[in-house]
Amino acid sequence: MRFQGTVWKFGDDIDTDLIIPARFLNVSDVEELSKNCFADIRKGFMDMVAPGDVLVAGKNFGAGSSREHAPLAIKAAGISVIIAESFARIFYRNAFNVGLPLVESLEASRSLNEGAMVSVNLSTGEIEDIDTGRRFFAKPLPDLMRRIIEAGGLVEYVKIKRANNELSKAR
Amino acid sequence: MPMTITEKILALHAHCDHVSPGDLIEVDVDMALANDITAPLAIKVFEKMGTPSVFDREKIALIPDHFVPNKDINSAQQAKAMREFAARHGIVHYYEMGQGGIEHVILPEKGLVMPGDLVIGADSHTCTYGALGAFSSGVGSTDLGVIMATGKTWLKAPPTIKIHYEGGLSPWVRGKDLILYTLGMLGVDGANYRALEFSGTVITGLSMDQRFTMTNMAVEAGAKNGIIEPDGITLSFVAHRSHRAPSVCASDPGADYERVIRIEVDTIEPQVAFPHSPANVRPLSQVGNIELDQVFIGSCTNGRLEDLRDAATVLRGHSVKKGVRLIVIPGSQLLYAEAIKEGIIGALLEAGAVIGPPSCGPCLGGHLGVLAEGERALSTTNRNFIGRMGHPRSEVYLASPIVAASSAIRGCIAGPEDR
Repeated sequence: MRFQGTVWKFGDDIDTDLIIPARFLNVSDVEELSKNCFADIRKGFMDMVAPGDVLVAGKNFGAGSSREHAPLAIKAAGISVIIAESFARIFYRNAFNVGLPLVESLEASRSLNEGAMVSVNLSTGEIEDIDTGRRFFAKPLPDLMRRIIEAGGLVEYVKIKRANNELSKAR
Repeated sequence: MPMTITEKILALHAHCDHVSPGDLIEVDVDMALANDITAPLAIKVFEKMGTPSVFDREKIALIPDHFVPNKDINSAQQAKAMREFAARHGIVHYYEMGQGGIEHVILPEKGLVMPGDLVIGADSHTCTYGALGAFSSGVGSTDLGVIMATGKTWLKAPPTIKIHYEGGLSPWVRGKDLILYTLGMLGVDGANYRALEFSGTVITGLSMDQRFTMTNMAVEAGAKNGIIEPDGITLSFVAHRSHRAPSVCASDPGADYERVIRIEVDTIEPQVAFPHSPANVRPLSQVGNIELDQVFIGSCTNGRLEDLRDAATVLRGHSVKKGVRLIVIPGSQLLYAEAIKEGIIGALLEAGAVIGPPSCGPCLGGHLGVLAEGERALSTTNRNFIGRMGHPRSEVYLASPIVAASSAIRGCIAGPEDR
């Protein structure tokens, strides 16, 4: 799996209240949610992002509330993958569960600038700054996360697993 | 091999003899929880799973508490979707307003969590139940939707950081001050993916209400769970609330900890977290003059009976300063009634507080006390992120109910000695 897009750069400790403030959580429609993605810090984010773009952040991205509306809003805004130095744990689970891949790389997180064209290869963990040719290597994805993303999210992954179990029982 | 309390509970629920940090395990869930914000998404996921019924209608709790009484048509639609799902699937633990309150206050109150249980909730403050010696952790709606269908989830066993508290607490210092002090040491990601185990004679001397405050905020350091070994106080709390036998687990001597931090509490003062991080903590004596527009006492962190009792003790015989709004929200219907009987609510009203209906209230900035641009609040809640309680250019300071009540009297951040 390979993604390529423009970098949108954020800092450290971006919490889920910043990703989508609670006052917008009275709906669960993802298109509606994406309109308010980063409402308090980058108003109109969804209109600026081109499908496939890449979000780059510092440490502890997605801290705080467990609201899955956060990765859903980012994904629906058009972001294909997030690169950060580290992620808060609930956000990490939620993003993979809804089919939004995350990769961790301290170097890439520090070196990539806003507006750069970047490519991310999920299988190899290779991140390339297309403009400068600089390459970075992310921590390899844990096996379970890779399988969840390949299936398209947790629901699909569990369904496939269940079907395989039934198949092996039938044999 | 020796194990920590967290590893023991995980091993029991994964049906294996031993669990070590880093092990990826599939566990049985004793209680799955969601609220009016996270349940609607979880219900969509459950329906996508194509399972005709929930895994166990007695092991799911659905609690409307975030935007209730409903604040607008959209939130009413969400609450309705959850109510109808609960009725359709015969969910036993659905508690409408008037029977319930804040999820993390009422689950322990109704005896729905016992020592040794494994609780997963679509709310980050699910870690609260660790005060009962249970493993409990927050997830998102997709994880919860899948659990409602299967009764199972996957977890990576966390390494444990043990925080050991010794010494004697000053008279106005509470569990809230201890956890804020600890967050100041750890930082907001200092326990990311870890278990936080609170121990020592200071912890065994704390009431259940104060223990809940501490485990509640474990997630503010990024922790997967916060936990306290059950003791006599825990067992007497659960004894008359449930027919189920507690499964008491304790850490083995020689259990492996990633870190052990020892804190001498004797000189700890009441603590205040400054904007915009719960780890941006200062002792009360170094706060300076911070004038306030609003004070909020309540939430899953500090909306319990002892918290309201503390506030009333401070406020009795005093009035809320003119120009300051004091909002008090009891965490549940039951404790609200108890607070009326004890004369707590009367004292608060007399001092000039407004009392809100049991719910999350203004904690998350959507309802019942939203801040305007440039306004400043002191709150007994758990987060003071940018825009958390309203306008992105408002400010939230976090402290205990004692500091909150004292500050409401003075109109600026203050302790009970400055009343």
